[in-house]
Amino acid sequence: MNNQLSIKTIVAIGIGAAVFIILARFVAIPTGIPNTTIQTSYAFLALMAVVFGPIAGGLIGFIGHTLNDALSYGSVWWSWVFVSLFIGLFIGLFWKKLDIESGIFGKKQIISFNIIQAVVQAIGWFLLAPVLDILIYAEPANKVFVQGIVAGLSNIITVGIIGTLLLIAYSKTRSQSNSLRKQ
Amino acid sequence: MAVELLSYIERKSPVHSLSGATKLIVFLAWSSAAMLTYDTRVLLVMLLLSLAIFAISKVQIRDISFVLYFILAFLLLNNIAIYIFSPQEGVKIYGSSHVIIDIIGRYNITIEQLFYQLNITLKYFVVTPAALLFIVTTHPSEFAASLNRIGVSYKISYAISLTLRYIPDIQREFRTIAQSQQARGIDMSKNEKLWKRVGNASTIIFPLILSSLDRIEVVSNAMELRGFGKNKKRSWYSAKPFKRGDYIVIIVSILLLILSLIITFYDGNRFYNPFM
Repeated sequence: MNNQLSIKTIVAIGIGAAVFIILARFVAIPTGIPNTTIQTSYAFLALMAVVFGPIAGGLIGFIGHTLNDALSYGSVWWSWVFVSLFIGLFIGLFWKKLDIESGIFGKKQIISFNIIQAVVQAIGWFLLAPVLDILIYAEPANKVFVQGIVAGLSNIITVGIIGTLLLIAYSKTRSQSNSLRKQ
Repeated sequence: MAVELLSYIERKSPVHSLSGATKLIVFLAWSSAAMLTYDTRVLLVMLLLSLAIFAISKVQIRDISFVLYFILAFLLLNNIAIYIFSPQEGVKIYGSSHVIIDIIGRYNITIEQLFYQLNITLKYFVVTPAALLFIVTTHPSEFAASLNRIGVSYKISYAISLTLRYIPDIQREFRTIAQSQQARGIDMSKNEKLWKRVGNASTIIFPLILSSLDRIEVVSNAMELRGFGKNKKRSWYSAKPFKRGDYIVIIVSILLLILSLIITFYDGNRFYNPFM
């Protein structure tokens, strides 16, 4: 990165945020519980954070969520936007450790990815989102905590399943470093 | 799949002719004022002002009606949820209780609760027109230029303009993939069971995401070849220079922000309490 944004990161942020918006808008599956949908966009956010790092992850979450709120509802729910930024950023911090570019994404990486995403999302949805809702919007505490817990659980499960599958699919497109063999 | 997104609407009006940077500054000042205050008087004045600006902008209600229905539905649900979870929130905030109707237990209706929920609703009505106006009166490519002008690094501004530029493309690609999967008999509608639906959705997500990753590769190579990011500054084709009107609007909006904060926090509390 050498302290500056590389062109690839910039493009990844731009196009990533566009894909995030399309997924949030069109591929959200209602679960039957009111106001709760399975958000496939967070699985994508986790993938981008692992592939392109914390800056890309955080900004895709921030820009994607802000523009999606603004373009579809006409107003931005800042407390939850901040949670998207937080999730992208903190999952992204572990990109070097998961090292998906090596093409290896086995059991060990799958387990550590899921621990990371579950912990980060738990902090984000169970704690940050409700606290910010109370601070900014002065909403009743028990309402926002229930909302946060429901959203958090559904997102942790979605990222756990779809995100993991996406990462496996992506790692298969990378060539492994020891894939050349001497004839 | 007829879900629409808001987009730029071309009109000739004083609001359209302002520079994008001005509108962005006004929008930011406006939303911070609306977010910080819970003062009913401030909110009411802001509501009247925003309706007036809306009239000047010549944007028709029917241009944005699909969003309005959504917002109204959301507001209704949110209000009901607040009441169910916390029917005594208003009493807690305003420190008094005037019961109108008695229902079981704590679910009595008090004037304080109604007033508190009125304020929440007002807050929404104040923020929404400003955001809507900003979106429909600012051209996407001018938006990036204005972000850069208020101090966001041009690389980040460019990323945002890429997002706005690629939303329609990716939406088209999404439709193509969805239709070809449907032609193969994969059902995305609510007729399928939940788990089957999740599985079917992933047959669309995977090609969409993998092709977007390719797209990132292609676009970043093209930008690299053209020497993007070599210099510290960048000029914008669609940037509008500041005119006298822009300066006036910015100064007025910042004064209004300060005034609203003074009125709100004058009594040391962000809530206006008529029950004292």
